[in-house]
Amino acid sequence: MSATLNQERQPIEGTTLFDGDMAQRGFALNAMCYSFNDAENREEFRRDEAAYCRKYHLTPEQMQAVAARNVLGMIAAGGNVYYLAKLAGIWGLNVQDLGAAQTGMSVDAFKAKLLSYNEYGGAA
Amino acid sequence: MTGIVGGYFTSHVPAIGGAIAKGLQSDPYWKPFFDGFPPIRKWLNEEKPDVAVVFYNDHGLNFFLDKMPTFAVGAAHEYHSADEGWGLPVYKTFTGDPALSWHIIESLVADEFDITTCQKMFVDHAMAIPFELAWPDAEAWPVKLVPIAINTVQHPLPSAKRCLALGRAVGRALESWDSDDKIVVMGTGGLSHQLDGERAGFINADYDRFCLDNLMDDPEALVNDSIAGIVEKAGTQGVEILNWIAARGALGERPLAKRTENYHIPISNTAAASLVLEAV
Repeated sequence: MSATLNQERQPIEGTTLFDGDMAQRGFALNAMCYSFNDAENREEFRRDEAAYCRKYHLTPEQMQAVAARNVLGMIAAGGNVYYLAKLAGIWGLNVQDLGAAQTGMSVDAFKAKLLSYNEYGGAA
Repeated sequence: MTGIVGGYFTSHVPAIGGAIAKGLQSDPYWKPFFDGFPPIRKWLNEEKPDVAVVFYNDHGLNFFLDKMPTFAVGAAHEYHSADEGWGLPVYKTFTGDPALSWHIIESLVADEFDITTCQKMFVDHAMAIPFELAWPDAEAWPVKLVPIAINTVQHPLPSAKRCLALGRAVGRALESWDSDDKIVVMGTGGLSHQLDGERAGFINADYDRFCLDNLMDDPEALVNDSIAGIVEKAGTQGVEILNWIAARGALGERPLAKRTENYHIPISNTAAASLVLEAV
């Protein structure tokens, strides 16, 4: 039924709504990311990323996206950014790094784009 | 008689916690945001609320996709912060107010809001950062806490209209709470931002302005959009405005005045705002 509801929705450019279909597709990847709330699990992942991904039964698509640090690939494979942010943190990446990676911009260019929204005379 | 002193609304961007930890409040990037808070602290210091009823969203600390409540009301004696995975400090523990929590729960369910109740729950940066901003020097938080979590993670999300109604129902519960305690209502998150997808970095100052200009006097204006419509206007994580809408609802029909407001782009990937609507 959710597919019917989804079809009634106008797509938003460059945007994936994390709905039931995506939540099902992404469950294993998001479960792995949720485990990274625990420092011991982050260490275990660092020691052997592929083994940790297998432990959480990631799909081949998810494994490949994680190995390639492909953020859009992880989103397409059902990753939710709130959980993916914990994985990115292990790699030392913040949400601006993620933004740059997803938009194909340099981090400096991405930050400059954010500053360009400022019409109110704040820090620029 | 009710002891609602007003509403305190703020963004809860994790990077704010990083800036506080590094003491960057006067840094040129951060100052325009932190400048919004001295008037808020002054107001809180005048009113000295005893309890905070806080509408917020969890980011994968307490709730995972295995069990995702649409609305969850905390009923714990205390709420702990914990490691969120990406380097924020673990924040001070919050003291609960279980008697008020259960009063709200009873009242909401009688009002046909079939909420989830949590006698144990972690609260994440969406709770701790607004507290850190409000009471930066407190050795212990000066207010007890009733947390109310709204699902802004997994669609279908509750509609803005439903969140406003939930807030109004919480407001009715607070009206019937027999206590001398003074209550501050809080809504955290937003404003416009999008972390994911090719549209990452999307910000919409016009929509944020619309929200800030209408929240106090015409909150109904904020609930005309569908969730997809709000995502389109505010970004995928901009839907956190639902927390503000619910908190506004909890203030009810009492006369309000805008005590202070600040809006600044950008903090990290987010258009950041803070606001106090004072009961007058």
